[in-house]
Amino acid sequence: MSGSSNIVAMKKIVQQLRFEANINRVKVSQAAADLQQFCIQNALQDPLLTGVSSSTNPFRTQKVCSFL
Amino acid sequence: MGEMEQMKKEAEALKTQIEAARKAAHDTDMASAASGVAPAPRVQLKTRRTLKGHLAKIYAMHWCTDNRLMVSASQDGKLLIWDSHTGNKVNAVPLKSSWVMTCAYAPSGNLVASGGLDNMCTVYNLKTPVIKTVKELDAHTGYLSCARFLSDTEVLTASGDTTCALWDLETGKQKTVFLNHVGDCMCLSLSPDMNSFVSGACDSLAKLWDIRDGQCKQTFLGHTSDINAISFYPGGNAIITGSDDCTCKMYDLRADQELITYQDAALNSGVTSLALSMSGRLIFAGYDDFNCNIWDSLKGEKVGVLSGHDNRVSCTGVPPDGMCVCTGSWDSFLKIWN
Repeated sequence: MSGSSNIVAMKKIVQQLRFEANINRVKVSQAAADLQQFCIQNALQDPLLTGVSSSTNPFRTQKVCSFL
Repeated sequence: MGEMEQMKKEAEALKTQIEAARKAAHDTDMASAASGVAPAPRVQLKTRRTLKGHLAKIYAMHWCTDNRLMVSASQDGKLLIWDSHTGNKVNAVPLKSSWVMTCAYAPSGNLVASGGLDNMCTVYNLKTPVIKTVKELDAHTGYLSCARFLSDTEVLTASGDTTCALWDLETGKQKTVFLNHVGDCMCLSLSPDMNSFVSGACDSLAKLWDIRDGQCKQTFLGHTSDINAISFYPGGNAIITGSDDCTCKMYDLRADQELITYQDAALNSGVTSLALSMSGRLIFAGYDDFNCNIWDSLKGEKVGVLSGHDNRVSCTGVPPDGMCVCTGSWDSFLKIWN
C-alpha cells in the first residue's frame, strides 16, 4: 500500500538526517587556513599558475633547424 | 500524532539542528580568511593545439594518467583517443549508441568507457590487436551521465535514474548502489585516496559517499539548480561544484558547508564543466556562453578567460601533471591551453 511505502521512505530520510547531524564539524577558520596552506605549498609545482617555459612545454611546437 | 507526522517533525528538527551546527562552525568566511593571501597572477593561456576530428558536438573528455593521451566522446558516435603532444588521433572507437554523454580513461591506460542515453556503461580494451568491447554494464534505468574507473576491475557510474553505482568489471554486476539523491545524478568525482566520491545532481545537492559501504556521509546545500560538474580539491578536504544557477561553489568537507561562491553579475549562463589546476588555486569552469572562466579558488575572483570556442564548452580537464587544460565544445573541437 502506498501509505506504508511512504513510511518506509520517511524512516530512511530521518535515519540519513540523524547520521548527518552527528558528524563533527571543524571551524571554518581552521578549514580555510588548511586549504590556503595546501595551495600555497603547492603553488610552485603548479605549471598553470607559474607558467611553462617554452623549453619544457610539451605543447610548444619545436622549431627544428637543419642544414639543407 | 500519527507515525508519519512524528517522523516529519523529527526530520524538520534534525534539519534545523544541522543548520545550527554549521552556523556554529562558521566563525569566519573564506574571503576574510584569504585577505592575507597574495592574489593569483592574471592568467593568460594560449591555445597550443586545436584537435579537429569529431563531426558533431563533443560531450566529454578525460585525460589518461600518462599526461599525454586523452579520450573524447561526441554525438557523432565515436570515442577518439588523441596524442595531445602531436595532436594526432591514435584510435577511434565506434559506439553502438551515438547518444553519448560521458567517457573515461582507466588509470592503467588499458581501458576506456562510454555511456549515455542507452543507460549503459560500455567498457573497451584498447590493448587488444583490435579494440574490443569488454563489458556492457547494464542495470541503470536512466541515462549514464558520468563514469570513472577506480581500476581495471571497478567502475563508478552516475545516472539519470538518481543513483550512482560501483560495478565489478569481471562479473558485469553492480556491487554497491548509492541511493539518496532525488534528482538525476549528473556528475561524480573520486577522492584522491579513492575511499569516497562526491556526486552532483538535479536536486541541486552534492553528496559525499563512502565507496565501500554505500553510505551517504554528507549532503551539501546551496545551489538553486542542477549541479552539472563536480571535482575534489587536490588535498581531498574540499569540493568544487558547477551549476545551472550560473555559479560555482566550494564546500569544505570538514566544516560541512559552503565556503565560497564563484559568481559574477555579468555571468548568466550555466556552468557545464570544471577542472582544477594542480595546487587547486585555479578553477577552470566551462559555461554555456562559449567561454571557460578561470577563478582564483581562494579569493573568489575571476582571473582569466579562455575564449575561442564557437559553441558551449561542454567539458574541461587538467592532466595529472597539471601542464595544461583541455576544453571540449559543442563546436566539435578540443583545445589545449597553457
